[in-house]
Amino acid sequence: MISVSNLSFTYSPNSEMSFPDFTVNSGEHFLLLGDSGSGKTTLLYLLGGLLRNYTGSVRINDVALENLSEHALDKFRGQHMGFVFQRNHLISALTVEQNLMMPAYLAGLPVQGERIESVLSSLKISDKKKSKVTKLSQGQAQRAAIARAIINRPSIILADEPTSALDDKHCHSVISLLMEVADQNKSTLLIATHDQRLKSEFSKKILLK
Amino acid sequence: MNIFTLVWSYLKARPLNTAINILLLSLGIAVITILLLFNNQLEEKISDNAKGIDLVVGAKGSPLQLILCNIFHVDLPTGNIKLFEAERIAKNRLIKTAIPLALGDSYQGYRIAGTNVNYPELYEATLAQGAWWKNNLEVTIGANVAALSKLKLNDEFASAHGLSQEGHAHNEHHYIVKGIMKQTNSVLDNLILTNVESVWIMHETSDNPFLSDSSKNISTKHSSLVPSVLRTDSSKEITSLLIKYRSALAAIQLPRLVNSQSSLQAAAPAYETARLFSILGVGVDIMMSFAYVLILISALSIFIALYNSLKERRYDMAVMRTMGASRTKLLMSILMEGGLLTLVGSLIGLLMGHSVLFILSNILEQTQKAGITGLIFYSQEWIILAGSLILGVLCSLIPAIQAYKTDISTVLSGN
Repeated sequence: MISVSNLSFTYSPNSEMSFPDFTVNSGEHFLLLGDSGSGKTTLLYLLGGLLRNYTGSVRINDVALENLSEHALDKFRGQHMGFVFQRNHLISALTVEQNLMMPAYLAGLPVQGERIESVLSSLKISDKKKSKVTKLSQGQAQRAAIARAIINRPSIILADEPTSALDDKHCHSVISLLMEVADQNKSTLLIATHDQRLKSEFSKKILLK
Repeated sequence: MNIFTLVWSYLKARPLNTAINILLLSLGIAVITILLLFNNQLEEKISDNAKGIDLVVGAKGSPLQLILCNIFHVDLPTGNIKLFEAERIAKNRLIKTAIPLALGDSYQGYRIAGTNVNYPELYEATLAQGAWWKNNLEVTIGANVAALSKLKLNDEFASAHGLSQEGHAHNEHHYIVKGIMKQTNSVLDNLILTNVESVWIMHETSDNPFLSDSSKNISTKHSSLVPSVLRTDSSKEITSLLIKYRSALAAIQLPRLVNSQSSLQAAAPAYETARLFSILGVGVDIMMSFAYVLILISALSIFIALYNSLKERRYDMAVMRTMGASRTKLLMSILMEGGLLTLVGSLIGLLMGHSVLFILSNILEQTQKAGITGLIFYSQEWIILAGSLILGVLCSLIPAIQAYKTDISTVLSGN
């Protein structure tokens, strides 16, 4: 569950961003819509604890992020959140399998081989398990990135412009894939985008101006 | 998956960079290792060989030559001294033992030394086969001599004049091998020992006057150094006396006493070897500085490699932070990367240093004779390992601090 109240953030003294109060219940899928510069990425980073020093309150699963120490926040993020970005940002020195081991290792959770197998097969990239990520096609890399985001069964998946670089066909398949894995893992899904194609896919939206 | 796999994968992802950094460092470390092993062993050999000898008394000339000739047996004698003059010195009550040495001949490049049994006792030598020499022209040979010249018990051989194998051969008389010593890791291994009289016999072409000397008059006092000779006999000569002091006082008085006698000079091995090392030291210092330059360059190269790769890895860093990695973990992973590079580099360097010396000691007779080996380990090598680890951490410190400071949101939003 995500709940935001009285949230505002200041990049520089004369550019304060205020955000509307909202609540997202667990398991819901929400779209965070807005034009470039409307602050949707900023909001997403605030929800993910990637930006600090804000005023107001961000509560994730009844934990107020502003009360966590930096180290505790790192740990909380690793255990409860999964991120998907516009570009896949896989670690190119590692294989697909090793990339999928990283979230558990970094969050201090046990690495489960079976979980990696099942996630890879549900995303239909089992055969790429031992491949270097540099050998993957763009679509495969995108799916590997989604696999990495959900491998720890996060309660919240935060996606930042996951589709804006994709054509219509891929756009649709990535979104349905995200919704599907979010449902499988009973995760809350929040997608920040200016991509108008997604409007029709979601019933719940937060509009930023 | 652990931090080590991650660090190793990053190193493997840049194989050429990693290889050149390791190569540079290992070359520097190898040079240092070789110098360390060589220097340490040489110093050990020198102090072992000079052990128990406080002063060498011989003919006037270079004191360093006197030491090199009479203790290490790598130089020619400075000349001869009269036995009765040596006798006068040896009688001094400040002296505990005085060992006579008569040099001049060799066999296949191995020096023949006329002396008494006190000389092998100095190096705690024991016999492997046969017996010590007793009569004239009997010899006991060192372990290396036996192994390399193939001389066996009761073999006879003619000596050659000087130290070279082409010297004038003394064919009138033949030595006979009576014993072979065990390995002592000292100069004895490369020596052929006999009595002083035998050396005289080789060089006296006409009759053997000292044989008649000894039969002349028994009531006269005999020399304490060479008992077969009368103390008053002024015709006999030896090369030097190896002296051990009775007390520390002797170190002050004795050299002055000897040097005041016009025909003799005294040289202290401790002082002369120190002088020798200070001369050799210049060469060692140059090699050392060369090694340090190599290591410095490799450190710089590691720093640049890490610094550059970190630019490419900003996103990796940020993404790892989103997956729960703390700042400290990123800092540690970069420090480990530098440390692992230098650790591997110095391990390879140490291995290379030992192998080079091992190969050298197997193909070069000179290093074999000097007893230098690559199969010995010194505690200083731990210092090299620890030092290179610290070096690795130091040159990855700035990149690591950068990784620590990585601002996730700035990097991810591409600014």
